[in-house]
Amino acid sequence: MSDLSDLYQQVILDHNRRPRNRGKLPTANRVAHGDNPTCGDQCNVYLRVDGDKIAEISFDGSGCAISQASASLMTTQLKGRTAPEAQKLYDEFHHIVTTGEAPEEISDLAAFAGVHAFPARIKCATLGWHAALNALKGDAAPATTESHND
Amino acid sequence: MPDWKKVRDDFPALHQQVNGKPLVYLDNAATTQRPRIVIDALSRFYERDNANVHRGLHALSMRATDAFEGARARVAKFINAAAPEEIIFTRGTTESINLVANTWAVANLKKGDVILLTEMEHHSNLVPWQLAAQRTGAQLRYLPVTGDEGLLDLSQLDRVLTPEVKLFAFTHMSNTLGTINPAAELCARAKKVGAVTVIDGAQSIGHMPVDVRALGCDFYAFSGHKMGASTGIGALYGRRALLDAMPPYQGGGGMITNVEFFESRWKPSPERFEAGTPNFADAVTLGLACDYLDGLGRAEIARHDGQLAQLAYEKLSTLPGIRLLGPKSGRGGLVSFAFNEVHAHDIVTFADEDGIALRGGHHCNQPLMRKLGLTGTTRASFYVYNTEAEIDALVASLRRILKFFSGN
Repeated sequence: MSDLSDLYQQVILDHNRRPRNRGKLPTANRVAHGDNPTCGDQCNVYLRVDGDKIAEISFDGSGCAISQASASLMTTQLKGRTAPEAQKLYDEFHHIVTTGEAPEEISDLAAFAGVHAFPARIKCATLGWHAALNALKGDAAPATTESHND
Repeated sequence: MPDWKKVRDDFPALHQQVNGKPLVYLDNAATTQRPRIVIDALSRFYERDNANVHRGLHALSMRATDAFEGARARVAKFINAAAPEEIIFTRGTTESINLVANTWAVANLKKGDVILLTEMEHHSNLVPWQLAAQRTGAQLRYLPVTGDEGLLDLSQLDRVLTPEVKLFAFTHMSNTLGTINPAAELCARAKKVGAVTVIDGAQSIGHMPVDVRALGCDFYAFSGHKMGASTGIGALYGRRALLDAMPPYQGGGGMITNVEFFESRWKPSPERFEAGTPNFADAVTLGLACDYLDGLGRAEIARHDGQLAQLAYEKLSTLPGIRLLGPKSGRGGLVSFAFNEVHAHDIVTFADEDGIALRGGHHCNQPLMRKLGLTGTTRASFYVYNTEAEIDALVASLRRILKFFSGN
């Protein structure tokens, strides 16, 4: 079970069981939908962008523990960030889930390092992030994991 | 009765370890394993008889043609078609259905006509009809499914099967629910309103006796890889009178009697629908798979798979919080289930760690999943080599997974 314990870290199980910022955001001024057509996972990300910062963020949808925990954790990381900061954080997250290398200062996101050993699950981990970045861009088209390399 | 334990020896792929555990292969509805006679026959064909079929005047081409046309005759016999010419080789069920949608449907459907489907259709028996409807102006209509028990709601059949219905396409056995539909009755009812019937036989062909004339269907589509043959080969059965009146599917070599610069004339079935070099080597394995399954006895296989599925259904029903789909009894060889707390993909990943191969997700049944309020299920599907001990391994693995995710 060693690889599986790496994949399903306590942080991930905790966010899966008790998702943070889950539900629609009534005050949202940006919203984007993410789809993983391979497995049917779905994720909506709601943002209230104030000036150049994400003032509020929430998500809803359905999917596996990895996708739900990742979206939940993401909301805790993106609040208060600007769009370039969010992009930088995603790039770091993407590096973690594809290589398993996690710099220490990245904190909870490092919990997803175990995903790299399960290539089929990388799309699960990045689904919410794709939706969030699309929402930030004001891109109305649904994010789909199929249009990305990961 | 076959010695089911010895059957396992016929399938080399079963005898391996996955993640340090003996492989428990329960993904047979996606594809079955192949018996050694199929694997060996493919090598032997390429080693000895390989040459392009038809029009060949040399020894190897004649041998290859005999093997290819022999396989066609074997498949015809396997499903009790009236003649080998009623068997068209395709890549599989999906291409077989698309063939009907692109030939019969496009030539015969028009605005005001209705294509009747059921709510339990696999995307391969749904999307081709959406495309045909768009091209012809015909409309789609659905026979409903009765919730989790997953039966066709036959009380609605008269309401939806009206004289506007020109084509009725339905699955013989649901790949998600395990339901075996009353195919002969549905065909008889369709005939009364003059509708052509198309049966998706992907899940039934290798698992039960299939007699297309007893079923009374016009078309029957199936895949070789779900009955122990190679991938990339399947067949469409079509009633001769319909095939003779259908336009070609694809244009190319082998399907014409005469080609001029500006027009051509077509051969009859099956050549009319098999343009280009056919997949003759894999077709040979399909004939051998028919021999293999008839050697075991298809009524015996149906009983074996059905008993395993029933046992799995009963043992799984003891798990806390499980939602089981499909009929309580009389199901085909698969069980599909869901838990509120654990997503199907997490289950499949964990079960793989125990060497158990399952499938999780929407199983190409997205509209049905939405209707049932599910995003996906986990499916265990059985075949001739599966055992009761493997069902116990599945249940034990699920108990561990549930414990892990509940945090106890």
